Amino acid sequence: MSEVVPSEDSFTSAAGKQLLIFAALAFGGIALLMLGLSWASSLTGSASGGNNAVDVASNTITVFLREEPPQLNSSLSTDQVSGSVLGHVIEGLLRYDENNRLAPAVAERWEVRENGATFWLREDARWSDGEPVTAHDFVFGWKTGLDPANASEYAFILYAIKNGEAINKGEMPLESLGVRAIDDHTLEVEFERPLAYFDKLVAFSTYAPIREDFYRATQGAYGADADKLLYNGPFVISSWVHGASLKMDRNPLYWDKDRAKLDAIDFAYITSDANATLNLFKDNKIAYASLQSENLNNAMELRWQIDRFMDGSVFYIEFNHREGRPTANHHLRKALQLATDSAELVYKVTKLPGYLPGESLFPVWLKGVDGFLREEYPANYPAMDVEKARWHLAKAKEELGIDEFPPLVLLSGDNPISSIQSEYYQQVFKKHLGLDIKIDKQIFKQRLAKMLSGDFDMVLAGWGPDYDDPLTFGDLFASWNLNNRGQYRNPELDKWVRVAQNEQDVQARMDAFGEIQRILIDDAVILPNYERGVTYVTHPQLKGMVRRAVGADPDFTNAWIEE
Amino acid sequence: MAEVQLSQADFEPLHADHEIQSISRPSLSYWQDAWIRLKSNTRALISLYIVVGLLAFTLVGPLLWTVDPAAQDVDQISLPPGADRSATIVAPYEPWSGSSVMPIGAGLRLADEATSEAVRLHWDPVPGAASYSVYRSLFNVGSDRALGLPLVDLFGEDTSYFEDRLDLTPRTYHYSVIAFAADGSELGFETLEVDVSRVITAEQALERGLIRTIDEVQIGDEVLMALHPFGTDYLGRDMLARLMHGAQVSLFIGIAAPLLFVLFGVVYGSTAGFIGGRVDQAFMRFADFVVALPFLLFMILFKIAFGIGPGESGILPMLVALVLLSWPATSRLVRGQILQIREEGYINASRLLGAKNGYLVVRHMIPNTMGVILVTLTFAVPSAIFTEAFLSFIGMGVAPPTPSWGSMCNEGIKTMLTTPHELIFPALFISITVLAFNLLGDGLRDALDARMRSTE
Amino acid sequence: MWQYTLKRLIQGVITVWFIATATFFAMHNVPGDPLINDRSVTEDIRANLEEKYGLNKPIVDQYFIYMGNILRGDFGISFTQENRLVNDIIREHFPVSAILGILAVVFAGLGGVLWGALTALYRNRLPDVVIMFLVILGISVPSFVVAALAQLALVNVNDVLGFSLLPVAGWGTIWHMLVPSMVLGLGTMAYLTRLMRSSMLEIVNSDFIRTAKAKGLPPTKIFTSHQLRNAILPVITVLGPSIAAITTGGFVVELVFAIPGLGRYFVQAVQQLDYTVIMGTTVFYGAFLVFMVIVVDLLYGWIDPRVRLE
Repeated sequence: MSEVVPSEDSFTSAAGKQLLIFAALAFGGIALLMLGLSWASSLTGSASGGNNAVDVASNTITVFLREEPPQLNSSLSTDQVSGSVLGHVIEGLLRYDENNRLAPAVAERWEVRENGATFWLREDARWSDGEPVTAHDFVFGWKTGLDPANASEYAFILYAIKNGEAINKGEMPLESLGVRAIDDHTLEVEFERPLAYFDKLVAFSTYAPIREDFYRATQGAYGADADKLLYNGPFVISSWVHGASLKMDRNPLYWDKDRAKLDAIDFAYITSDANATLNLFKDNKIAYASLQSENLNNAMELRWQIDRFMDGSVFYIEFNHREGRPTANHHLRKALQLATDSAELVYKVTKLPGYLPGESLFPVWLKGVDGFLREEYPANYPAMDVEKARWHLAKAKEELGIDEFPPLVLLSGDNPISSIQSEYYQQVFKKHLGLDIKIDKQIFKQRLAKMLSGDFDMVLAGWGPDYDDPLTFGDLFASWNLNNRGQYRNPELDKWVRVAQNEQDVQARMDAFGEIQRILIDDAVILPNYERGVTYVTHPQLKGMVRRAVGADPDFTNAWIEE
Repeated sequence: MAEVQLSQADFEPLHADHEIQSISRPSLSYWQDAWIRLKSNTRALISLYIVVGLLAFTLVGPLLWTVDPAAQDVDQISLPPGADRSATIVAPYEPWSGSSVMPIGAGLRLADEATSEAVRLHWDPVPGAASYSVYRSLFNVGSDRALGLPLVDLFGEDTSYFEDRLDLTPRTYHYSVIAFAADGSELGFETLEVDVSRVITAEQALERGLIRTIDEVQIGDEVLMALHPFGTDYLGRDMLARLMHGAQVSLFIGIAAPLLFVLFGVVYGSTAGFIGGRVDQAFMRFADFVVALPFLLFMILFKIAFGIGPGESGILPMLVALVLLSWPATSRLVRGQILQIREEGYINASRLLGAKNGYLVVRHMIPNTMGVILVTLTFAVPSAIFTEAFLSFIGMGVAPPTPSWGSMCNEGIKTMLTTPHELIFPALFISITVLAFNLLGDGLRDALDARMRSTE
Repeated sequence: MWQYTLKRLIQGVITVWFIATATFFAMHNVPGDPLINDRSVTEDIRANLEEKYGLNKPIVDQYFIYMGNILRGDFGISFTQENRLVNDIIREHFPVSAILGILAVVFAGLGGVLWGALTALYRNRLPDVVIMFLVILGISVPSFVVAALAQLALVNVNDVLGFSLLPVAGWGTIWHMLVPSMVLGLGTMAYLTRLMRSSMLEIVNSDFIRTAKAKGLPPTKIFTSHQLRNAILPVITVLGPSIAAITTGGFVVELVFAIPGLGRYFVQAVQQLDYTVIMGTTVFYGAFLVFMVIVVDLLYGWIDPRVRLE
């Protein structure tokens, strides 16, 4: 504007004043609106925690859940979050104690024989409505898990019981299941095959008891809400606001009076964002949080106590062994195996203290005959040797009759660690072997679908244990295993898996696992990347939290607050 | 009284003197006028320089700075710019299984030089100890026993040694070792301060191009690691090279996509607004339909439809998909403006003068919606860049290792607090691009807006 | 007026029907299998699962069954949250997202109008430069960065003060709502500021304003009833659909602040191929969006009488 007219300025200031009034009104309006909305939101009833992480007066701790538990019907649940919740409120025949050893739960004592087992149940185990827990509840629960109409994805874990598999396939009726309630407190089980490790299976949540009359009364909604479940564990779910929070109170009817020391556990937040949980921890709103490699320095600076545990899972590159795929060739796989050094991946790239470089399909924490399996049967994984790798590569080209390999597809998930890993390996294989690797990033369901249909050359895969016996890893690559998505077929491996399944003698079984491990390494069936560990921080006053590789994790059933 | 002589010539009518009324400067059309004004507009000029600068960075940069953006330097991960680069040559790493001869009585100490390859500790065995736990902190342990990271739990009384290889960078660490009895009670506690120096083997130096032949160096010599002016990212890749290569993708998508979908939105919206009635309703309902479709789902479909193989960069399909799913907002905005302008007096006047519809729309209405269009354009640029980052993240845009500014931002966020440079640099470049377009938009509007003319 | 509204409502229903149909067929053509999980199952169990979810019928049958159910108001059971009805999910979580979204839009709208008017008024002077700088910064930074930084700032503030001034995450009281809704509305507010500024600048120098001033109208009246009223039209155009967009796009904010809203379900359902939730949320949001657009169009006619709505 070339001329400044005095009236313009006064216009501006007048308008400015108008805006100020407007701002003030807006401010007031917003405040009113928020109050109104807050009242409206309280009607929908989802208020979450404002309490501190550890409340001495009410003997309550506040923690979080990674996601809304998808399925609290013990016969159907498959995921870890549901498993953790169930581990607090429902108890099976046996459980894992704070030292991760099998301990009596509903069963007072038990006997495992070659072809069957007997469990004697205690008389003071009760459901939350006061009725006793009986052997019939276990019979019903196991039948429910195997009922083909329910299509439980974990039915396979019940196949150890006689006729279990046939029932699940619809070939035999439910009544023919090899389990009987001799009386209210004695349970007799017949095995399908001789089995040495049945007691380890029984601690899994699919083996939990379900009371028939209550189950039928819920009409298909068993586990859908807090009032649609019966509890016999140290805690009961007192309130469950879906997607927002879950609260547990101590179960006064639990038989082991001294075990649960907390009065309540409040899962007040549901989020999978690691930064959000860390911030909540910093703000003293939750009693523990996981750490990522990015926050480690911050955690040390704040002088927090950092703990770590092996979460039990093993991650590896799985090859596609189907005919026609380059990776079906032994020499190519050996070349890839010798070109990698998982120590470099773990120590320099992922950089989390919990992780161990991958050397074997069997993680270090598995028990062997007397000590640890990996100590008794060392993996002897070959060290990185680029020259030898290149020799194998040349041999592979010779055998396949090609001059250059086509681009190989590395299928990967969309989580951050997979991304880093896939980019790292892409470069490693290019640098040492001159191979062109294409990264196929897929979201979860699609990655699984591609694995099943064999649409990959290599895939970043992992496996977590279902029960505390090496067989949960050992049978992965047996030719009949549906989870053997690379379709590796090796009769020798199959032979050893059968030995491990059927032998009663511990030494013989462990020897079999040693052989399986050797075959997997010699034939480069997989390339182990790492065994995952978790670093986490805990509130200094929270004691007794148990973290597990197998079973409910985290477990607050033995936790207490220190003053 | 003088006599005025009148002649016949005096009664000849005068010729009209067109010279007086002549326009002394060439006649300019609206667009020509706008162009001249644009050229002299300071803001537009600045934005032009910025854009030229960015293009030079993208196209010429890689010719000058020839570092491979995919080359990973795992010894220099997440290095801030200007960090120290010197390293000492050492022998290749050999696994350690504890010293065979260990003098007793000296407590927790180093068995060897502490290097970035490994830190080897050993300590006196404590009688009755069932296990030892080793911790490492970046800070002083202090009386409150802030032990830091738990590195390992070792079982057995005689395993009184440990080799640490986890993420060793040249700095000072504070190690602690605690001895536990079988019942879990503490039997002993020691700490040690250790300074780690960076090392590299001759083979690795050769491999990374730091030396020309392996005989150039001996053990103990110092070499300088590769220079990274902007630092490195989470896999040790050079930030500058990645920014240059990432610019190609980001600038292309960030400019082409908004231009295309705004263009489409303008055409669509102005048609709807001008014609009005049933056509308007139908057009707008279709726009609503497109907006309500779940974005992610349809992006996945497009990817399949275009037949992008695994691991290939699908830039063109992504561009098409972005355009197809983002035009409704612009069209609705433009339509609203047109509905308003349609009723203005000058439109009627122009129509009375015989203007056709097309002329009305292009010459009168659209220039008057320029303000709104330019704002949308400015905001569409970062939005497109971030959408591209999100799609790459879930596997639908550029495939690794091709970088893009948006995906570099995504990665940089995780280490925002510890190594901010990984986030700051790509975000800075995005901001500069946005700024350039903002200024250009301002300049364009000043140039194009008929009403502003008199007020400059 | 009523006739127009009725016509629009009918059109809205048809639009929603198209949205549902397109989404249904798109969803079934996306590769991947909603029933696949970590642990492979036998063919028999697989067959039973498909039976349970009705996925073993031909797709056209599934479509009609599904549409029939929708007309009865039944969106089915979620594939991932195996015991929850989609209706319940929407019913329990949408109000949260709506509250968050409404607040965010109110912040964005009021803020945008305020800042935009300020910059137009004080053009090229200090307020203009400062606000425009913030606007550029605001749109150059992605929303998850802003959310993460905001949460971090809250933690530090609480730390420094020694008590919890504002909750860092969670939902339930007005204090929980404050920061997340501001973060959510930030991007839109920046956009609206710019839009408002541009719109106001055009008007400030137009003829009818000059006439009004010449007539001697008091400045305040010119400002409110002439300038603001005309400049606000583009803002209104954007605001309506913004509500829908913000309510859906609340995903990042809901994740970072642990808010039990519908946005999270909307996004995660696609990633997990949870067919029923995808359809339920899409149809619901589609209806919501269509409704907001109708409201906006009606508002348009009211604010600017010259606009003819047919």
